Amino acid sequence: MKIVVTVKLVPDPNAEKRIDPTTKRLVRTGVETVLNPYDEYALEAGLQLKERAGGDSRVTVFSMGSAALKETLRRALAMGADDALVLSDTALEGSDVWASAYAMAKALSTLEFDLLIVGGLTDDSSTGAVPGALAEHLGLPCITNARKIDVGDGKLEVERETDVGYQIVRGSLPVLITTALTFGEPRYASLKGIMGAKKKTIGTIGVSDLSLDLPVGTSGSKTELRSFAPPPARGKGRTVEAADGVAGATSIFEFLREKKFV
Amino acid sequence: MLKAKAAAPDATDFLDVASLLSDEERLVRDTVNAYVRERVLPNVAGWFEAGTLPRDLGHELGRLGLLGMHLHGFGCAGASAVAYGLACMELEAGDSGVRSFASVQGSLAMYAIHRWGDEGQKVAWLPAMATGELIGCFGLTEPYFGSNPGGMRTRARRAGAGWILDGTKMWITNGSIADVAIVWAATDEGIRGFIVPRETRGFAASDIHRKLSLRASITSELVLTDCRLPAEALLPLADGLSAPLACLNEARYGIVWGAMGAARTCYETALEYSKTRVQFDRAIGGYQLTQEKLVNMLLELDKGTLLALHLGRAKDAGRLHPAQVSFGKLNNVREALAIAREARTVLGANGVTLEYPIIRHMNNLESVLTYEGTSEMHALVVGKEITGLSAFT
Ligand SMILES: Cc1cc2nc3c(=O)[nH]c(=O)nc-3n(C[C@H](O)[C@H](O)[C@H](O)COP(=O)(O)OP(=O)(O)OC[C@H]3O[C@@H](n4cnc5c(N)ncnc54)[C@H](O)[C@@H]3O)c2cc1C
Ligand SMILES: Cc1cc2nc3c(=O)[nH]c(=O)nc-3n(C[C@H](O)[C@H](O)[C@H](O)COP(=O)(O)OP(=O)(O)OC[C@H]3O[C@@H](n4cnc5c(N)ncnc54)[C@H](O)[C@@H]3O)c2cc1C
Repeated sequence: MKIVVTVKLVPDPNAEKRIDPTTKRLVRTGVETVLNPYDEYALEAGLQLKERAGGDSRVTVFSMGSAALKETLRRALAMGADDALVLSDTALEGSDVWASAYAMAKALSTLEFDLLIVGGLTDDSSTGAVPGALAEHLGLPCITNARKIDVGDGKLEVERETDVGYQIVRGSLPVLITTALTFGEPRYASLKGIMGAKKKTIGTIGVSDLSLDLPVGTSGSKTELRSFAPPPARGKGRTVEAADGVAGATSIFEFLREKKFV
Repeated sequence: MLKAKAAAPDATDFLDVASLLSDEERLVRDTVNAYVRERVLPNVAGWFEAGTLPRDLGHELGRLGLLGMHLHGFGCAGASAVAYGLACMELEAGDSGVRSFASVQGSLAMYAIHRWGDEGQKVAWLPAMATGELIGCFGLTEPYFGSNPGGMRTRARRAGAGWILDGTKMWITNGSIADVAIVWAATDEGIRGFIVPRETRGFAASDIHRKLSLRASITSELVLTDCRLPAEALLPLADGLSAPLACLNEARYGIVWGAMGAARTCYETALEYSKTRVQFDRAIGGYQLTQEKLVNMLLELDKGTLLALHLGRAKDAGRLHPAQVSFGKLNNVREALAIAREARTVLGANGVTLEYPIIRHMNNLESVLTYEGTSEMHALVVGKEITGLSAFT
């Protein structure tokens, strides 16, 4: 079985971030780049399916982004992916969801796969729209929010997490699946995995390697980013002086009631 | 000439020691760091209080490949000394007991078999010890012989093709949970090492209770009474006291790093606390006395980390002398303990509770100061090296 997992490289979710007012882009210097946490679940799904299928099954990691950051993908290889491919080109800068998904789809169609597993969301831009757009560009069925995936004899059964329970969805391959966070905790890389990862390849391709019929980057985008602002700084919290414990508890309760938490 | 603006130093890695690490070394560090943050830190104060270490920890460390990670073959990863050191540092940033577990398994028990055992012994034990399926311990210290193990009373007599062991080993980490003990005993031919499976008749282990240090670690007494072993139990290549001492040298090297992990946690805890704790209407981190404490801690933390890395590079290059490991262990454990004590004062009364990690580390480091050669013995080893005069033999 051939599995491709998409992984975006994002700024460390725990780091403090700043937006450059002139470029309207995130200041990346001094902020570490990590694997998009949601994509780690997709990778875990891919690795589990590979282990279950055995034989010559492979997991390839695909990422679109800056080639300068591609070594960050080494961690995905250390976790057990077999190789990685990065689509990187300055022409892709400024791509919106539609343009990103188009370029990614063109690159992914150069790979052979039975399963394309995608994280449900990215930590930095949080649209959650790329998986659907990718499936559309690739002409693949799309099953979202999977908490369990079974593949046997080319048949597919997926448990989809929903608000009220879960659905069982059957389908055929090839398919695009997005993973829910209930899929299972992503594994730690093992020492052997880390040491083996340096021998695995991280390939790079650019726009000239793709047969594009449409423009990409800013000109290929259907939306335009007008402004970009950090969340307003949090104001000073309200301080309540209370005479004793009962008065303190009462004012906390009143506050919670006012906010409709109780 | 244009001068590039230097980046502001990190509050912990002030000297940017991380820039001296390779990508792979950083990945090892970050992986163990994440494991400790997610699996050890939420639970370790409870383990310490209860005086236990969960058995499953061995499996988890095995899955990560950290047990015997610096050994080659037999299911071991064959990592560099620096990578091994970084793993020790991250484990001990969690707790010295967790690092001790990995040290005893990898650097004492597995290393003894790897270095002094024959092929059959290696195949029989090492792969299962690397995964954490089997746990090992290392019995050298005795009730009457600690710093001077050469005087040991545990005896091994030849009986036909095999051996009979009698004696008592004391302060043995992992003793009662071990599936296999490496036991050092005096014979007519000098000190030899034996692989003693737990189920051997005449072998018994009982725990030492009421420790106030290294509580998230099992410490036991081993009693060997007329313990009969086949000829294959003998480690064929271990001949004399230098054999167990070589094992200790491996584990000590890990402590040079590990101690700085414990120190880092204490420093970072004190630093964070000092920025939010207000006394006399100001954060205590703004007072000169507190800043001097924090800066002194940082100086020793970063110097000690550089020292560990320097020794690690020398070890990987095959030119690390045992007395240099003594230098590192003496300095880094001593400074880690001083950092822990200083950090404790910054937290005031909060510093004495298990709600914060400092007093746990501080108490743990008392054991680390004593085991694997006391600080005094390491001073004497270095003293002998520089004067040519031995103060202890
Ligand atoms: C938690 C814990 C876990 C341990 N785990 C293990 C283990 O797994 N396996 C194992 O074999 N051992 C283990 N040990 C034992 C440890 O290695 C010994 O405690 C250590 O070697 C010191 O021996 P001792 O306690 O008998 O002290 P002693 O040797 O009695 O020393 C007492 C004091 O006298 C000093 N001293 C001794 N000789 C001299 C001298 N010539 N000059 C100046 N000062 C001297 C010492 O430095 C020390 O300060 C462990 C100990 C602890 C606390
Ligand atoms: C076991 C125990 C029993 C106790 N029993 C009692 C009791 O019975 N009754 C009672 O009232 N209290 C009691 N205490 C509280 C004790 O008196 C306080 O812990 C002590 O006064 C320090 O206060 P703190 O813990 O809030 O530390 P903090 O005042 O927050 O001090 C934290 C650190 O900041 C430093 N610091 C603070 N201000 C400055 C400054 N201006 N310049 C430089 N450094 C500064 C301190 O020296 C310390 O290192 C007890 C404490 C303990 C641990």
